[in-house]
Formats: sequence, C-alpha cells, structure tokens
Amino acid sequence: MIREGAGFRELPPAAIVPEPGTSLKNKTGSWRIFRPVVDREKCSKCRICWLLCPEGCKIELEDCFETDLDYCKGCGICAQECPYKAIEMVLEEGSSIA
Amino acid sequence: MPKQAVISGNMAAAYAAKYARVDVIAAYPITPQTTAIEYLSQWVASGELDAEFVPAESEHSAMTICIAASASGARTFTATASQGLALMHEMLYIASGLRTPVVMMIGNRSLSSPLSIWNDHQDSMAERDAGWIQMYAENVQETFDMGLMCYRVGEDSRVMLPAMFCIDGFFLTHTYQNVVLPDQEQVDEFLPPYSPKYRLDPSNPIAMGTVGDPRWYMEFAKQKVEAMEAARGVVEEAHRDFEKIFGRRYDPFIERFHCNDADYIFITMGSVSGTFRHVVRELRKEGASVGLVRIRTFRPFPYEELREAISGAKVVGIVDRSISFGAMKSCGPLFLEVRAALYEQEKKPKTVNLILGIGGRDTTPSMVRECFKKLESVDERREFDVFWIGLRE
Repeated sequence: MIREGAGFRELPPAAIVPEPGTSLKNKTGSWRIFRPVVDREKCSKCRICWLLCPEGCKIELEDCFETDLDYCKGCGICAQECPYKAIEMVLEEGSSIA
Repeated sequence: MPKQAVISGNMAAAYAAKYARVDVIAAYPITPQTTAIEYLSQWVASGELDAEFVPAESEHSAMTICIAASASGARTFTATASQGLALMHEMLYIASGLRTPVVMMIGNRSLSSPLSIWNDHQDSMAERDAGWIQMYAENVQETFDMGLMCYRVGEDSRVMLPAMFCIDGFFLTHTYQNVVLPDQEQVDEFLPPYSPKYRLDPSNPIAMGTVGDPRWYMEFAKQKVEAMEAARGVVEEAHRDFEKIFGRRYDPFIERFHCNDADYIFITMGSVSGTFRHVVRELRKEGASVGLVRIRTFRPFPYEELREAISGAKVVGIVDRSISFGAMKSCGPLFLEVRAALYEQEKKPKTVNLILGIGGRDTTPSMVRECFKKLESVDERREFDVFWIGLRE
C-alpha cells in the first residue's frame, strides 16, 4: 500500500496501483453518512435491493437481506426501491447534515 | 547497406514506424496525413510489416487505442492533423498522464474555420501544454530521423512520455526528397525493444487510470514535469548515439546558422527554415550581419540554448506560423516563449514577431527580405511589433 502523505518521488508513476486487490484494503464504507437498517419482519427477500445495489453490498441471510457495511456508501437506493419499505436510512453516529 | 530512396515526408514517417518495429498502429485518415497511414496499412496487409493495424472510427478512438496498446507494453504509432488533432486533445493529456510513450506524426495543417487543408502550425501549437515531447522537422530525411528519435526519447525510462514529430502539411508530407534509409540492424541498435517497468499484464495485475483526488493529483502532475525536464538530457544523449550509429549529426534542440556575430537573427521552425536559410545566405553575401536559429525540439523548450545563441544580437525576429489570439498584441506562441526566456538576461536583443504562412500562404524569398527590413528598421525606444507578412491590407 502507498503511504499516506507520500511525496511525488516516492509515489509509483502515473498514479498506477502496482499491486492487485487493494480495494479489499480500502474500506469505502467510511464515506457513508446514512446507514441502511432493515426491518426483518417486513423484508420478503424479493431481491430488489440485491439487484439494484450499485456496490454489490447486499448479503443474503436466512430471513432477510443485510448490508456489507465495509463497502456500503449509504446511497439509499435500496431504501428508495424496497417495495415493502423494509429499509430505513439512519444517520451514522458522528455524522450530521446541515 | 543503407539505401537511398526518393520518398515523401508521409512515407518517411511510415518508414520510421516500420523500422522501429511498431506493434500497433491505429489511425483515422485526414489530409494531409492520409498516405502515411495508407503505406502502413499496405505493409501490414502484405505481410511486410508484422503489426496490428486498427482503422479507428475517429481520431479520438485512434489515440485511445494507441494509449491502451502502449499500456500493455506495445510500441505504437498514429498520425493526424488539424481537426483530427483537436479531436484527440482530451486523450493527449491522458497519454502523458498515463506515461504511455505513444509516437505520433503531425502533418501540420491549419484549423477551421474557414476550412483549410493547408499548412501552418496552429494545430500542434494548440497542444503545446499537453505533456508531449514535440519536434519539428525541416525536410524528409529529418522526418524519418525524428520519428526514430521520438521513440528513443519517449520510451526512455527517465522520460516515459508520448512524443509527436511535426512535419509541415504538403511542404513535407507530399514533397519527395532523396533520403538515406538505414539498415534494420542500425535502427535495432539505436532503438532497443520497448520494455516498460509497469504494463497491463493479466499474470501480474496492476491498475492504471485511477482517480487522483486533491490529496494526490499535484504529485502526479509534478512527476510529469520531472519527466519532461529529464527529457532535456535524454534528447542530447539520443542525438549523440544517433550520430554514432547513423553518421548524421543534428543539434538536438536548435540549429544555428551564421549566428555567432550576427546583429539580426531570425528564429524559425519547420520547412520555412529552408527559405529563410537561403535568404540569409544571400544577405550575408551582400554584407548583411544576419543569422538564423531553427528550433528542432520545441518541447522541452530550449530556453538556455536560445539565450546563448541570440543574446549577442541587436534584433531577433521570431517567426510564428500560429497565433495566440488575445495574447500581447495577439502575437504568436513561439514569440511569447522566446521573449520570456530573455526576461532575466541583462543584455537582451529587441524582439519582433513575424507572423506568416497562416493557412498555407506561401512564404517567398522576397517576403523573407521584407522580414529583414522589419528587423533593420526596429527603433530602440519602441515597444515590440507584431508584423503580418504577406497579408493584404
């Protein structure tokens, strides 16, 4: 991994990422402001959220679909599209909106 | 044995790519570049050249294909002009940003509108900040030699930048001259196979073309600057090797003609230099103290070499075949840079901008004499002038 704060001489050329699989180390879930919270009673496992999640973050469980919070950026598409209104977007702790 | 051939500038450019053992050629036809690409496609079709030829649906795509092929470790070639180069603009920055040393021939042509297929330097000068090495040839032999030089300098591990060699549309692209073509072994010695440190390879995956957010972007821009500055030394080194292998010597950055003691010096680029040299020779015979500097490598810009060559002169006439609309008195871009290079000098010549040959208008020896009169008539106390030569008032 590239050191945070590295100078231009230290960085690899042309902004390349010289090793594979670095997306596993970069937990983009940290960008999230709102977190999807599923109501397990209302979820019918229709898979709409799984189909539409742009990050592929929906994980199938026995009784419902949950979210991989390491990579969910909190876009809210799942909550918007859920036909059963089973997903609520909840403000993350420490986040605020003006 | 090296052989002699009477060929056009376009064929010389095509030969440069062929002798360089190019792997991928992608292009879209545009006057006056077209025949360069036709020769290459014929050689690929006949089996004479073992390369991938991709007829792209636009210049934008042609450049994109070359960048992608170069990223995978291929040696690439394309050629364009005018509107085609303008259409590539976006991808030119990507080629230099990705540090893919694509080589491109420009058959210099005016920009629309009005539509003109004829020669000036507006197209390539508009791309002077894109992070490409830029060289300007004067004749067909130099076209071939500069093609090889572009690969050698651009692919150097200290540089890794794309490079364009610019030849004047029709004046060079379609003019036939006697050229010495080298042995393949000589070119192979000058130009080892392209082997970049990083390339797209499924067995050793890397990511290219990533996002540079504000925490990172400046550092990568600075890397590009370092590469361009490193190219100065590499250009010189490559020219030394070139002379050793091919026996032809060029001044890497600027050619000086009767400059040492000259009171009046012209600065030119490209094929018009021949007309200027001819008239300078005549004027010398008539007793005039006049010389000529021809810029061969424009990027990186040879400001130190220029200072050294012209600082002893009284008046320098900088010839522009393009216009920076709205710059100081709407002068040409070459004038701007030469003047800027002189700013720190204690002793500096007066400068005059000579704009000529726009949209393919002929520059005749009598026009060059008119230029000389402009230089002679410069008033010490007057601010610089921008003269349009050959313009109807």
